[in-house]
Amino acid sequence: MLHIKCPHCGMRSQNEFSYGGDATVKRPELGKEISDQDWDNFVYNRKSLRGKHWELWQHLSGCRQWIKVYRDTATHEIFKTLKANEEIS
Amino acid sequence: MTQSFRLESGGLINRDKKISFKFNSKNYFGYEGDTLASALIANGVHLIGRSFKYHRPRGFFGAGVDEPYAIVQLYRNGETEPNVKATEQELFEGLEAKSVNCWPSVNFDVGAINNFLKIFLPAGFYYKTFMWPKSFWYKVYEPFIRKAAGLGTASIKHDKERYEHKYEYCDLLITGSGPSGLASAYSAAKNGAKVILAEDKSRFGGTLLTSEVNIGNQSGKEWADSIISELKEMPNVTVKNRSQVFGYYDHNMLVMSERLSDHLPKTKKFHPKQRLWYIRAKEVLISSGSIERPIVFGNNDTPGVMLSSAAKEYMKVYGVLVGKKPLVFTNNDSGYETAIEFKKNGINPIILDTRKEPQSEIIEEAKNMNIKIKNSHVVVAAQGYKKVKSADIAKISDNKEELGSIENIECDCICVSGFWTPTIHLASQSGNKTKFNGDIDAFVPGISKQNEKTLGAANGIYTLEETLKDSFEKGNLTSKKITNKENKFSFPNVVEKKSTVHDKFWCVPLPKGKNYKRFLDFQNDVAVSDIEIALKEGYRSIEHVKRYTTLGMATDQGKTSNLNGLQLVSKIENKVVPAVGHTTFRPPYTPVSIGAIVGREVGKHSKPTRKSPMHLWHEKNNAVFVDAGVWLRPRYYKRGEENLFEASKREAKNVRTNVGVCDVTTLGKIDIKGPDAAELLNRVYTNAWLKLPVGKARYGVMLREDGIVMDDGTTTRISENHYHMTTTTAQAANVLSHLEYYLQLVWPELNVNVVSSTEQWAGAAIAGPKSRNLLQKLFPNSDVSNEGLPFMGYMEADLFGIKARIFRISFSGELAYEVNVESDNGYFMWEKIIEFGEEFGIQPYGTEALSTLRIEMGHVAGSELDGRTIPYDNSLEGLLSKKKDFIGKRSLSRKAFAAQDRQKIVGVVPLDKKTSIPEGSHLVKDSNAPLPNPKLGYISASCWSVEHDNPFSLAILKDGKNMIGKKLFVMSPLKNKVIPVEIVSSHYVDPKGERVRS
Ligand SMILES: [Zn+2]
Repeated sequence: MLHIKCPHCGMRSQNEFSYGGDATVKRPELGKEISDQDWDNFVYNRKSLRGKHWELWQHLSGCRQWIKVYRDTATHEIFKTLKANEEIS
Repeated sequence: MTQSFRLESGGLINRDKKISFKFNSKNYFGYEGDTLASALIANGVHLIGRSFKYHRPRGFFGAGVDEPYAIVQLYRNGETEPNVKATEQELFEGLEAKSVNCWPSVNFDVGAINNFLKIFLPAGFYYKTFMWPKSFWYKVYEPFIRKAAGLGTASIKHDKERYEHKYEYCDLLITGSGPSGLASAYSAAKNGAKVILAEDKSRFGGTLLTSEVNIGNQSGKEWADSIISELKEMPNVTVKNRSQVFGYYDHNMLVMSERLSDHLPKTKKFHPKQRLWYIRAKEVLISSGSIERPIVFGNNDTPGVMLSSAAKEYMKVYGVLVGKKPLVFTNNDSGYETAIEFKKNGINPIILDTRKEPQSEIIEEAKNMNIKIKNSHVVVAAQGYKKVKSADIAKISDNKEELGSIENIECDCICVSGFWTPTIHLASQSGNKTKFNGDIDAFVPGISKQNEKTLGAANGIYTLEETLKDSFEKGNLTSKKITNKENKFSFPNVVEKKSTVHDKFWCVPLPKGKNYKRFLDFQNDVAVSDIEIALKEGYRSIEHVKRYTTLGMATDQGKTSNLNGLQLVSKIENKVVPAVGHTTFRPPYTPVSIGAIVGREVGKHSKPTRKSPMHLWHEKNNAVFVDAGVWLRPRYYKRGEENLFEASKREAKNVRTNVGVCDVTTLGKIDIKGPDAAELLNRVYTNAWLKLPVGKARYGVMLREDGIVMDDGTTTRISENHYHMTTTTAQAANVLSHLEYYLQLVWPELNVNVVSSTEQWAGAAIAGPKSRNLLQKLFPNSDVSNEGLPFMGYMEADLFGIKARIFRISFSGELAYEVNVESDNGYFMWEKIIEFGEEFGIQPYGTEALSTLRIEMGHVAGSELDGRTIPYDNSLEGLLSKKKDFIGKRSLSRKAFAAQDRQKIVGVVPLDKKTSIPEGSHLVKDSNAPLPNPKLGYISASCWSVEHDNPFSLAILKDGKNMIGKKLFVMSPLKNKVIPVEIVSSHYVDPKGERVRS
């Protein structure tokens, strides 16, 4: 079970969180025209990375905040966590 | 019954307390502190079971966790448990155990015929033998295998024992209380670290209990005892015996199973039988020691052949002799320690040493004691069937390939030592890249991936002095990093006998003309010849060899067999062992009971049960409940002898004619506040929300980004910046997360707060033509007329002194209201509704009637919004705003979603107006078409229409728009039904929606 540092609450066990996918995907702005290809990329197409990956988790059974977690998908090592409003650097 | 193999004195058992027990229905005695194994050996019982494949006689091989043979069926306090190792089971008064794997008895076993047919049961026999003919599988092969194989019988009774889970955090977890565990725990504890020290056995001390050493001015055991008692007194230390750390998981989480009551005749009241600990450790020190390796020779599975360390442990800990004419067969000095122990107890052992002229302090001592030693000698084969009677021995050439002439010598046990294998399971599980150490012919931990260090024998360090030095230091340094404290103390003087190098010899060659079985894996009956066959048949990867031959796959996980298997593969393949590599170590290290894994999450505790504040009323009024997610909801209220069908029909009919009340507390509710609340709703719902006036409700549909309907519900504007959203019961949690996702990550600029208020409100739906009359009685001071509270209107009102919210919304399609009060007042509200509704013929209705009402009305619910349908499919396309963008809108213009002949919701009526249509059935054009019959759609929900008094179903049907009036067939292969049906509108009742507005 992973041990994730919630930027709001501190170190918590994985079972308090739910996984939310790739954190680098940006939702296209509402009302803006977008090609089929770009839309498909947003909705469906994800890289299945082996290695370091910025991902979203929600601290569901805690502060309910969505957070960004920089994790190695192969080793599970977590390098960094950010609040929702902090930019991935 | 005399304990003929019990020594006059000695051991750590309590000779003042006799304990009676039964094995295979025979009565025996042992002492407090015995294991079942030591007590049986003391009583001269050496035959304990039959082997897995060939049903060869099985005795004892080890004295602890490494035991591959002595597996019994245990009976304790009216319960039975399979797969119990006799070497681990502590003796208690009244213990009963039986042999497994033998029928009709351990002494005469029919399955032993396999032993003579073993030519037919070679490597891969599972894959080869039972393949053909196919029809034989269920009737012949499977019952045969089930009867012949297996290690005991699981109980089919409910387990009354209690198992607990515990979560714990610590600075250092130390796994094993041998010299390295004690030393590291001591120095870490002295530095103030929070330490958990776990010992698998009942006694602390590990090898210190059986070795002849001195630490300071104490014996090894005395030193262990004093350290443990000091540790137990320290508030920062938790010391646990009977506790096996069996798994090392990610981020330094380890799991330990603590056996609190298995050693007692019965579990104390309110105590758990076992406890599973989830331990998150900052640092882990693995002090799991090492396990002695066997040497492979002919018939090396005969009862009486056992590890030399086990023989020593039985003498030193239990005061038990494993034999009175022992042969010690060794390639290193450890065998000498066992021989010396025999000699001290008046027994004359013979040592066969594979080495030519070994010299060391220990060997010197053995010689001085006049122990007979034969150098360059090996055991070629054990003789005897149910017990070793003699051994064929021979001199072996210096190159270890040629055997001299064979001599038979009498013996009643053969104690084998093939040197030591570090227990690296936990380190390997942690992700440590293990490396091969040629000096000890075994793998040791390499580079750590997690915060783990391995100490002492588990790390290939086999001298006590080095072990203690290294462990004190690692305990000190590791804890110092955490506590920033260092407590200096002087290192004790260690006295131990020096030993010399071992011989890399591990397998005795077969003598000419003999074809003895030489076993590698004792639990799964895997012999040298099986591995040879697997390699001949082309298996190369050690992982494949393992699976094909089942080497190391038994419940002992190959603790004694892995390395010899690797030696063999590397020898045949002409590779070095590290090039062959070892198979992956996976948790659990030892078998863990299912009860411990499940913990207290059994029966109704397997998940939480949520009940509405009116639950008690429902119970008192004969409600039959149904699970709705984690909620318990009344399915129907039983009157007299009514069944589900009759009751729900009555309840639904009463709603259509009079008035009914339904507990809708379970609906998800989300409180939304903030100046941008309307904007949020406008973005997540498909319809327009910016102009909803205060005091009005609106129905809304939410999509996922991929255009699929996620949820529906009504949202009401309570005040300028305050909305009350409802969701379906099932989607409540997902909708909240969905809103939080957009607010926190996508539109952080929106000033809105959302919070679940599901549990804050109790809800009652009052539905039926007489519902307004009832409302007028309940709220005499409020204007609930059609003008005062129109359809989709909202008001706050006073219900006999308590605050109530009234929503004029309808799920049943009738004139209806939903009244919400604070949860604490739910019961009061409900009683008032029933009380004042009496004169209008009110009846409570459950989820079954609720379904009937919504189905015949054509209102969609979870069975249509099933994660596969878009708004059009549910005839919700009228709610899609053309003017604004919303979540999921862009996906709806994808080709498949915009197709003209897309599936759409329709109504389905059987032509005979009688036959009920099973939910999940398929709709087809021609019931006689060849399979696979093209499927046009599926039945999503079925009911008995109370309005039309005939069956009615909803279906999602291809090109549903153009199918109204068509005749099709419903097919349910599951129920073996073919029903001719007509497709009608999904709005079967009041298609214009006049009633809700009346
Ligand atoms: Zn948090």
